[in-house]
Amino acid sequence: MSELGEAFAAAWALIAGVEPGLTGIVLLSLQVSLSAVLIASAIALPLGAAIAVGRFPGRQALIVLLNALMGLPPVVVGLLVYLLLSRAGPMGSLGILFTPTAMVVAQTVLVIPIIAALSRQVIEDAWREYDEQLRSLGASRPSAALTLIWDTRFSLVTIVLAGFGRAAAEVGAVMIVGGNIDGVTRVMTTAIALETSKGDLPLALGLGIVLLTLVLLLNALAALIRELATRRYG
Amino acid sequence: MNRFRRVLLSLVFVLSVTGVQAQQTFITVASTTSTEQSGLFKHLLPVFEKKTGIQVRVVALGTGQALDMARRGDADVVFVHDPAAEEKFVAEGFGLRRQEVMYNDFVLVGPKSDPARILGSRDIVDAYKKIAAAGAPFASRGDKSGTHAAELRLWKTAGVDPQTGKGGWYRETGSGMGPTLNTASAMNAYAFTDRGTWLSFKNRGDLVIVVEGDQRLFNQYGVMLVNPSKHPHVKREQGQAFVDWLVSPEGQATIASYKIGPDQLFFPNTKR
Repeated sequence: MSELGEAFAAAWALIAGVEPGLTGIVLLSLQVSLSAVLIASAIALPLGAAIAVGRFPGRQALIVLLNALMGLPPVVVGLLVYLLLSRAGPMGSLGILFTPTAMVVAQTVLVIPIIAALSRQVIEDAWREYDEQLRSLGASRPSAALTLIWDTRFSLVTIVLAGFGRAAAEVGAVMIVGGNIDGVTRVMTTAIALETSKGDLPLALGLGIVLLTLVLLLNALAALIRELATRRYG
Repeated sequence: MNRFRRVLLSLVFVLSVTGVQAQQTFITVASTTSTEQSGLFKHLLPVFEKKTGIQVRVVALGTGQALDMARRGDADVVFVHDPAAEEKFVAEGFGLRRQEVMYNDFVLVGPKSDPARILGSRDIVDAYKKIAAAGAPFASRGDKSGTHAAELRLWKTAGVDPQTGKGGWYRETGSGMGPTLNTASAMNAYAFTDRGTWLSFKNRGDLVIVVEGDQRLFNQYGVMLVNPSKHPHVKREQGQAFVDWLVSPEGQATIASYKIGPDQLFFPNTKR
């Protein structure tokens, strides 16, 4: 129990700004994971909607595949992106391995299936409900998809937050493609892994508490926005 | 819808702007967990960066992995500790001239209860034989790192095949030095570690140093530039500047001045 006490003390010391360098790590974590989630949403929400309202051969197989990819292990994604971006790999000439950009790429790949699969389900349920209504208004499938995205936006926000949670919490992918370079690609999760391997368990747990607090604040903010929006638009 | 889009776009904009970093020359160094986790780089790099303006980005891996990373062309300089593997790396044409930089030593740590009765011994090979004979738990890196390679060489000298103890007393963690020490500390197992990582390691539990001071525990570090004719994008000039600085009198003195408490961690010994 004393270690838990130490962890909270360490977390408090970190938040109170005793530990320099933490701000940079926190900001980089947010920057990388938020960028990844934004890019992933821009791809995955339309994709999810398209699969939800579309009727094409192999659709069921695609849905099963997407659902399965939600369980993609971060280390595997990290390894694939690493091999892709490595100098010896097909996209090596870009020279972006061990940069925050590479980390965004890896997390984007990781988050796309989650947002696409979950939004597909939500939008398809809404589609079943409004199918006839939308058709009677003469809506084409693409415009029906857009309408449904807008209609289910509050549920979709939760899905995007789930994607953010996955991105902010994973360590396997960013460790491999980022390299955990001090001051360049070190984020919260890789810093936690590093302190754990140094045997400084209280500091590692303290960093974990800081990360959790951050995710909590972000979720609270999203809830607040949702609340305000519901009041305003009903 | 429009407002939502505007918010989204401005968010993307903000993120991409903050993503642009000051363009500074930097080199990527593939090195080992022992140098990173012991805090040596935190001590060395600011001095070098201040002098040359070259930022050094260290990716800390096991020696085997670090050399592989350099083989793929993902590093400019390699700074590791497995002379045999380094010679091979140079012989294959992946690295230019290997230079010796410094040494530290390995130690065997184990529980105070000392089930193999080897505490205080100065004979590492004898200690290994006794651990195997007693079937006392031993946590190995099992990750092809420099430390792992050194550990395996000693088992060979002792005439013991540790694989016979697999599933029993010999436990491969397949991870870095720190995680392996965490495991050893939790299982009260013996573990083979470099002194630097041990000195900076905090979660010791009941573990203490049981064997040290044997000649065979010597741990040599070497540095080399990745061969630019294999990988043309290697930053030859800046990378060589780092190598040269490490073996210069100033670099060597900076290495010697790194201490944790009263203990010096690395001993410069370049041959010039």
